[in-house]
Parts: sequence; C-alpha cells; structure tokens
Amino acid sequence: MVRLDNLVKQFDDVRAVDGVSFEVRSGEVFGLLGPNGAGKTTTIRMLTTLAAITAGSAEVAGINVSRDPIAVKQNIGLAPQGLNLEIELSAYENLEFHGRLHRMRKRDRETRIRELLEFSELWDKRDVQVQKFSGGMKRRLLIARAIMHRPRVLFLDEPTVGLDPQIRRRVWEMIMALKSEGITILVTTHYIEEADFLCDRVGIMNRGRLVALDTPENLKNQTGRFAVVCSRSNGCNARFFDGREEAVQHASTVEGDVTVRQTNLEDVFIALTGEVIRD
Amino acid sequence: MIDLGFYTIFWREMLAIRKKFWKVLSGSLVMPLLYLVTFGWGIGRGVRVGQGNYMDFVLPGIIALSAMNSSFNGVSVTLNISKLYYKTIEEILVSPVSPWAITLGRVLAGCVRGMFSACLIVLIGLVLDVNLKFGPGFFSVVLLLSFAFGALGVLAAMLTRSHEDMTNFSNFVILPMAFLSGTFFSPDVLPEPFRSLILIYPLTHGSIALRSLASAQSVPFSALAVLSGYALLLFVLAGLSVKRLEL
Repeated sequence: MVRLDNLVKQFDDVRAVDGVSFEVRSGEVFGLLGPNGAGKTTTIRMLTTLAAITAGSAEVAGINVSRDPIAVKQNIGLAPQGLNLEIELSAYENLEFHGRLHRMRKRDRETRIRELLEFSELWDKRDVQVQKFSGGMKRRLLIARAIMHRPRVLFLDEPTVGLDPQIRRRVWEMIMALKSEGITILVTTHYIEEADFLCDRVGIMNRGRLVALDTPENLKNQTGRFAVVCSRSNGCNARFFDGREEAVQHASTVEGDVTVRQTNLEDVFIALTGEVIRD
Repeated sequence: MIDLGFYTIFWREMLAIRKKFWKVLSGSLVMPLLYLVTFGWGIGRGVRVGQGNYMDFVLPGIIALSAMNSSFNGVSVTLNISKLYYKTIEEILVSPVSPWAITLGRVLAGCVRGMFSACLIVLIGLVLDVNLKFGPGFFSVVLLLSFAFGALGVLAAMLTRSHEDMTNFSNFVILPMAFLSGTFFSPDVLPEPFRSLILIYPLTHGSIALRSLASAQSVPFSALAVLSGYALLLFVLAGLSVKRLEL
C-alpha cells in the first residue's frame, strides 16, 4: 500500500532522510519509531506530497508520489503533529471544509460529519469554536478530519504527543477502531508503549536511516527477551538475555542496584544504536 | 479542466469574514477615514486641483488605496499566519485542490475585501455629497485593482519566511506605493524622471482610471492595459509560488 525505495531528503547541508526503504502492507498499522530529529516527520511529509523527494522513489496506494501528487492526495489522510485546525471555525465547519476540499457531496458530507463527530465524542460540541477545545478534543477532531473523505492510507504524525495518559488511551482506541475498518495506517511516534501497543510492524529510525524493521515481538526477541538494567548511579551497560534464569544469574554478579525486566522497544533501540530515545 | 476547488477556498474565507464581520468592518474604515480627515479636510481645505475641489480629487485615490490595502493585507496576513503559525495551509496542500484553484480562491476573497472597503468609502462620499459618479465601470476597476493586489498578497505570503519579512515587504513595497501613486496629488505635478517612475506602480494606474471614471471622463486605455497586465502577471506568479511551496 505504501512503498519507499531508497528515499532521500536533503536540506541544504543536512540529509534528513538518508536512503530509507520499506513497505507498508494493506490494512496494517505500521509504526516509525525514533527520537526527535530521526527523519520520521520528513519521511511522512514526502509521502504526503508536502515535501519534494530529493532522490529515490515512493508509491502510495500504487501511485507514484512525484509523478501524480493529486491522485495520491485523493487517497490519503494526514493528521500532522501540529494541531492545524481552523480555530475560528466550529468542529462541524472544520469537517465541512475538509469534505468540500475533497468534493464530497452535501448529503454524504452531512452523514459522514455526524458519524465522525459521534465517533470522536464531539457531537455535542459540534457548534463550538475549536479555539475553545482542549488538547485532547483537538487531537480527536484532527483524526476525525483526516479520515473524513475515507482515505485508503492514513498518516498519523505523533498522534498523542503532549496528551495525558488517559486521553492517549482514548486516541489509541480510535486508531485501533480505524484499523478494524481496514484502513492502512502509518504512524510515527517516539513513545515506546505507543509503538508496542498499536503497531503490527515497527520500523526503527535513527539519524535519517532505518536501522531495523519487524514486528515488536520479533524485534524484542532478536535483542533478547530479558533485560538486566543498571541503576543510574551504577553506570554499567544494559545486557540482554533470551532466558529469565540467565538474566537473573547475570544480575547476581553485578554490584549495585540492577533490575531484571522484559525487554521493551527502547531497549531494542539502545541495543541497535547505542543511543537513548529522549522525549 | 477548471478546478472548482477554488470555490471551497473562497467559501472558507467568506465564512471566516462573516465570523469576524465587525473586526473587518472597523479595520477597513480606520485608515481611509484618517486619510480623509488628514488630506481631505486638513491639508486639502482650500486646495483646488484643476476645476474641482480637493475632496473630489482625493476621494477616488483613497478608494484605490483602500481597495489595495484591504485586498493585499486581507490575503497576505491571513495566508502568512496560516503558513507560519497555524499551519492550516497544510490541510489544503494535502487535499486534491490544485495550486491554481487555491490561488484563485484566495484572490477572489481579496476582491471581496477590496470591494467592501471601496463601497464603504463610496458611501461616505455620497454622504459628503461629492461631485463624483460611481458607475459599473468604476466598480469594475476597483475589482481589477483588488484582484491584482490579492494576487500580490498571495505571492508575498508564499515568498516571505517570517512575520518580519512580511512587515518589511509592506514597508518597502506597499507603503511607498500608497504615498507615491498619485493618490494624494496628480502625477503631472512631479518633475521627470519621477513622473515616469511612478507609472511603474499598478496603483498609479488604478488611481488614474478611478479618477477619470468618477469625473465622467474616458479612461486612458494605457491605465486599463497596465492594470490588467499586472493582474495577470501577479496571478501567474502567485500560482507558481503556491505550486513551489514546500513546508
């Protein structure tokens, strides 16, 4: 459904995306995980036609992004990281504007707006100006807007950044509901739990490159199921083991405070890059 | 094929204007009222230009100036904020509406703003009982002028990279044009080469055309030709700048 072949984005003297290739299958939730500045957003901007591709090629819904951007735009929805809603307009008017941009007919527009405002639990607030909305409400409206015209591929750029844990859950539920409708979703995140919870497969990005790609389970298995993590004061490196007993045994040989726990995607990232995903 | 998406862009602008109608109304009135008071009644009292009084002379110029300002500022400021601050332009850029339709929708919204301002001053003129005529030809030129400056507004918003750039553009391009385009004085009183130089400004031709029409004289063909040429050129440049915009 989405295919990148050696994609490159060069800004003056910075190579933001450096030869990235991967494929997103139809109907899956595909995550791009990495720290800020890894090139995730730039990748999405190229796929959604907002940024020109320096080298390589990309296809979305079988359409070449550089060759036919208008056709690509008909098939995609984007919820960007910034909450770029029309704050002077109401929730209803925001969706109406979007529907009109995508040339939806009046009747279809009206039915769809109601359906989506109910789905995002904003129907009661439909006539309220968006500038009076909370961050969580804006984020829900942003996702509703992105799927208003029933795109085949949905791009979500950091969909829960800056949200409270409880509201983050609510957004995750929305995304899972969309997956069950068969929409292909490409989501970027620098939250470990988000990638783990939402994604069928995860591509790990660092410094413009894709450093690993697999299911969260496989990525963790390849690193080792159990991690022995040292306390900060201890300063030793984390080590990974396939079995719990080996991990415990190793932990007993280390001086100072250590924790034995299941490996998470951040451990995978650290093992691959030697760096930490910082917020 | 004509992309009807321009109407959606225009519709959104009209919706926004409706919501802040009083702000738009008062914003359109302040500057022309100040000019009317300063130049019409203040400095202009007792001044005669040719056969008529100064108010009859200056009013069409102020209408041209207001149409320019309302259209240019209305388009450039909102678009610049949408590009740099709210990023709402991204939603439009990822929709299948073509760059030309985006440009046209915005420029037409500028035309409405320009026409609205012009109508307000025409009303003031009627109240003051000026000896001027405001017919369909007059309003067609206001429309053409607003179109050209709406397009310049799109172009400026696309090319500038910060709010400061935008202010500089206004200071170095729009402000000199406002004062030097024969709005408050007749270009004929200037010595050469200044008289010829100010003919570069589209607003000079707007003022000349509106002044001729308001005093029931025939419009110089050159004024209409230059104004139309500017409208077309600026629209093409604006469309290309939207097309090349990368965020």
